[in-house]
Formats: sequence, C-alpha cells, structure tokens
Amino acid sequence: MKKVIAAGLAALAMSVSGAAFAEPVKVGMITTLSGGGAGLGIDARDGFMLALKNAGDAASEIEVVTEDDGQKPELAVQIADKMIQSDQVDILTGIIWSNLAMAVVPSAVAQGKFYLSVNAGPSPLAGSQCNENYFNVAYQNDNFHEAMGQYANQDYKKTFILAPNYPAGTDALTGFKRFYKGELTGEVYTQLGQTDYAAEIAQIRASGADSVFMFLPGGMGIAFTKQYAQSGVDIPLMGPGFSFSQDVLGAIGDAALGVKNSGSWAKDLDNEANAKFVETFQAEYGRLPSVYAAQAYDTANLIVAAAGKASVKDADAFRAALKEADFDSVRGKFSFNTNNHPIQDIYVREVIKEGDVLTNKIVSTAFTDHKDAYAAECSLQ
Amino acid sequence: MQTALFIEQILNGLQLGVMLFLMAAGLTLIFGVMGLINLAHGSLYMVGAFACAAVAGATGSFWLGLAASLAAAAAAGALVEILVIRRLYERDHLDQVLATFALILILSEGTRWLFGSFPLYLDIPPLLQGTVPIPGGSRYQLYRLAIIGVGVAVAVGLFLLISRTRLGMRIRAGESDREMIGALGVDIRTLYTVVFALGAALAGLAGAMVGALQSVQVGMGEPVLILAFVVIVIGGIGSIKGALVGALLVGLTDTMGRFLLPQLFGVFMDPSRAGLVGGAVASMLIYIVMAVILAVRPQGLFAAKG
Repeated sequence: MKKVIAAGLAALAMSVSGAAFAEPVKVGMITTLSGGGAGLGIDARDGFMLALKNAGDAASEIEVVTEDDGQKPELAVQIADKMIQSDQVDILTGIIWSNLAMAVVPSAVAQGKFYLSVNAGPSPLAGSQCNENYFNVAYQNDNFHEAMGQYANQDYKKTFILAPNYPAGTDALTGFKRFYKGELTGEVYTQLGQTDYAAEIAQIRASGADSVFMFLPGGMGIAFTKQYAQSGVDIPLMGPGFSFSQDVLGAIGDAALGVKNSGSWAKDLDNEANAKFVETFQAEYGRLPSVYAAQAYDTANLIVAAAGKASVKDADAFRAALKEADFDSVRGKFSFNTNNHPIQDIYVREVIKEGDVLTNKIVSTAFTDHKDAYAAECSLQ
Repeated sequence: MQTALFIEQILNGLQLGVMLFLMAAGLTLIFGVMGLINLAHGSLYMVGAFACAAVAGATGSFWLGLAASLAAAAAAGALVEILVIRRLYERDHLDQVLATFALILILSEGTRWLFGSFPLYLDIPPLLQGTVPIPGGSRYQLYRLAIIGVGVAVAVGLFLLISRTRLGMRIRAGESDREMIGALGVDIRTLYTVVFALGAALAGLAGAMVGALQSVQVGMGEPVLILAFVVIVIGGIGSIKGALVGALLVGLTDTMGRFLLPQLFGVFMDPSRAGLVGGAVASMLIYIVMAVILAVRPQGLFAAKG
C-alpha cells in the first residue's frame, strides 16, 4: 500500500514539475569517426555534444553512447543491434551516409526505437518506406540539388552535370533535373571514390557548356575542384553544399572561391540560436562548424525539447513532442512535413574568404518552406 | 575540336599510367626481390603525401615538401622493414597479407592521430601552374606534363640502376637466388632494407605529386593500391618492364573507357542512361582487360620468372 501511494505521489510530482523530473533518455550515436569520411562524422558528433552542453540542466538526463561505423554498412548494423539489445538505447542517431542509413533505419524503427537522422535522407525513407518513428532533421537527399537546379534557371541555358555512380549520386542529378529547365550538354556518372577527373574535365572543356553542376562529396569534391581550377577551364561551377562545406574548404583552397552552392544553413544565418551555435562551437573546438555540425546540433536540441515534454518510454507522446519540433533551430524556422521530413528554406551560398579562412555566405534564397517530392508516397498523415 | 579532345585524353591516360607506374614499380620490386606481398604500400603513398603537405604548409615551398615526402616515405619504409617486414620473409603469403594489412590500420590511425581527420591542403607549385598549347588547338596542364616527365625519368633511372650498377646487380641476383648471394657474402639484410626503402620512396613521390592534384587525406592510398596490384598482375609480378607497360595500359584503358564508352552507348540510348551504363562499364573495363590478359597469358605480359 505504501508503495502504491509513493508511486502515486511520484507520478503527481512528475506531472506537476515536468522537465525537472524528466526520465533518463539514452541516445545511441552511430557515426563515421575513422577512414576517409571521418571529418563529417566528427563534425556531427561534436555538434550534437555541444548542443547537450549548451542545454545545461535540461540535458542532464540525456546519456549518449557513441560508436564508429567506419563508413561500413555491415558494421553499422552490428553496432545498431548491440545498442538496441545490450545498451538498451531509446533513440538512435548519427549516421552520415545514405547506404548505411538504409541498412540500419528500417530494422531499428521496426523494433520500436526512434531514429533521428542528422544527415542522410535517402528517398525510400521519405516515401514508400517512411515510418512514424523515423524523423529526418537534416533534409531529403534531393533537396539541395533541386535548389541548385532552380538557381541555375536564372543564369544558365546549357549545363554539364556529373555525380558518382551510386544511389545518392543518381538522386542528386534527378533532383537537379527536376527543377532545371535548360539544356544538358553532358550527364556523366563517375566511379565512387574516383580521385582523378582529368578525363571528365577534358569533356567539360569540349562540351560548350555555360555552367557545370557537380555532386561529389568528401575527398572526391576536393580532388575535382582543385583539378578543375588547375585545368584553366573557366566555366562557372556550382554544386550542393556538401561539395563546399566547411570540412573540405580548407583542403580545396582558393580554387573554391566564388563557387555557388546550396544549403539549408550557413554560419551567417541571422538568428539568435545560430549566433550562439557558431560562437560556442568555435570556442569549444577551435574551428568553424560545417552543415553536418549544424544539423546534429539541431537534432540534439530537438531531443532535449521533446524530452522536456514527454517521457521517451511513452512512445506516442514522445513522437508527438518530436513532431512539434518546438526548438530554436540554427536554421531559423523548421517544421516537419507529414512524412517527418523537414519543411525549411534552402539558400544559395557563395564561397568567400574571411581573413585567411574560406567559408560560405548566403547570397539568395532558392526555396521558401521547401518540402521533398516523396511525401505523397508516404502513408503517414 | 574532337582531335584536340582525343589528344588531351591520351595525355591524361599517360599521366595516370606513369603515376601508377611509380606505385607499381616499388610493389613489384619488393615482390620480385623479397617475395613479399606488401599491402601497406598504399600507406607509404599516404605518408609521402602528408609529409609533402605538412612541410609545404609550414615552409611555403612545394619543393621542400617533395624532398620531405621522399625522405619520410623512405624512412617509414626502412623502419617498417626493420621492425615488421623482416620477420615475414620466411613465412607464407597469408601471414604477410595479414601483417601488412595491420600496418595499413596502424599507419592510417597514426596519421589521423598526428594530423586530424580533416583533409590537408596542398597546391601545385607556382612554377608548374598554368597550361601549355597542345596540337589540335587545345591546352594542357603543365603540371600533368611534368608528372609524365618525372615518370619517364624514374623509369629510365630504374632501368639504369638495375642494369648498370652494383646495387642493381645484387637486386637481380637476389631475385634469382636469395640463399646464394647471401652465401657469397652480400649483406642480404641491408640489401632488403634498401630495396624496401627505395620502393617506399617511389610510392611517397607518387603520393606527393598526386596530393597536389587530389585531396591529401587518410585512406587515400588504398584505391591506388588496388590499381597498382592490377598493374603488376597484368605486367607480370616481379618485372619492372611489365609494371611500366601494365601501368600505361591501365592508365590509357581507364581514361579512354571513361571518355568513349558513354559516347558509344549514347548511339543507341538516351544520354542519361548512356551515362549510367557507360560509366558503370568503364569502371569495370580495366578488370575485364586484366581477366582477358590472364586468360591468354596467366603469368602476365612479362613474367619475371619462367
């Protein structure tokens, strides 16, 4: 009898004081911390942890376990199983790459766990395979490319496009073509992980294009952009923000100056949350944050906000709290579409030099309140 | 314009070829003399690139960086030989593969520990920036021509070293009969260390030169290592001449495949599909060539031993 009363009192206390007695939330972060793609994962992890630190007491009950997936799908699946079964996490997050997300997310959400994406947004998870427990806080893969296609309509008539031959690469060019109305002078799919682009650059030179759109994330983009600048071809280059994000700009060097690229975030976005994010990130880690860090920072803040409203053990209430997206996004406004993917503005940015440091500055807005093209195929309402 | 594009692509193929030759020469030399399969050769390429980027970043001189890349890769090679590889000569290839694979992991994580996870910046030196006119009316990048020049110089140098010098004589003797030259009083341990360091220095040189074109990052060596293995398998394991011919063959096949196959498929497909299918077949092309050559000549084109 005593126990029942105690439990009743405890429940009463909780419902009255809310966040202060929030239940512990255990987050499993699977991300890429070694190998060629480690820069992206490290930025995501650092952004996530920074948000929890900045949240102070509100995040005191949030515990994070982090593991390195080495950019290998089979390893990511093993880690996810281990985190769900032995660590008993409530929420999974952190995956950078779409092929890894496709390997992990469907089984994790089928086991009743929440998955919050800090980066990858493959089209099946936005459309036919969407799930009520899968929230994408970053973007759907096509979004940034769609924005560049829209932007290219202003100035260009003949564009040469290229991307690596893998799902996100074909998604990229599909996204670009969805909004681009001009003519394509070439459409080239390169090998994934290719590092020498001399043959493709020679074709661009000979194609008579008035612009080039390329999606080559990580080291591929560094190699391409340097070689493009060195080759003396002066056709304007554009791409999604991934190819010109803060993590690769230093290695590309001045070759990137003036390049237009699209993104949902830039460090000069004028809002309070963003100012605090950029300032504390620099103070904590001694470098400028990338878009991956910004998305992970938002993801962590979303978890903090939802945990303050509902217990993660009450899946329905917690899901509703997530869906409200009641947090101060570094992207300014942010809300979820019916398929749990973002409705957000997408900007065109230009690479500039601030002192010695290359970074991005917003020059225009490509889309306002942009939604992805797959929401209609999703059964969620 | 089409002729100019064609000439440019042939030059691109040659440039890729000589770069692969620098990698494959060391790999095949080490296999030919010591009978060792060195998976960590790609890591030495990475060491060269990081040394060049770090020194060039600190001093502002690419040339000092280039010298540092040779020194660092040779030193890393010699150190690895003395500490690890020396114990593996008598063991079978599976043990060697296992140990050198471990070296890849150690060198990669060691480099990350020293330089961090973000790619480093390395640009081509001012002297070699810009382009030069080529026949057909187009222009070609001076730096890539310089790489072709360095590759040819290294090929000639290696030929002279092996056919005309005492060290070369010992290397050839070591290829034919290890025990015998040991019995004749040649210090075989030092010879092995020198050969290993030489191979490593060539890989480091390739890494530094390519680092200025591409991105200097952890893991950059492994894709090149795979191509270098294709080259020595095509050329005949242990043969420097085979490595040269194989490297040029792979370089030209890969470049021309990427250039011509999508156009070929474009004749009977829409451009988007032709790009996808052509690109996919182009990425398989060198492996198809390798399979055909191995079917006809299982020893490779210029097998070192009969």
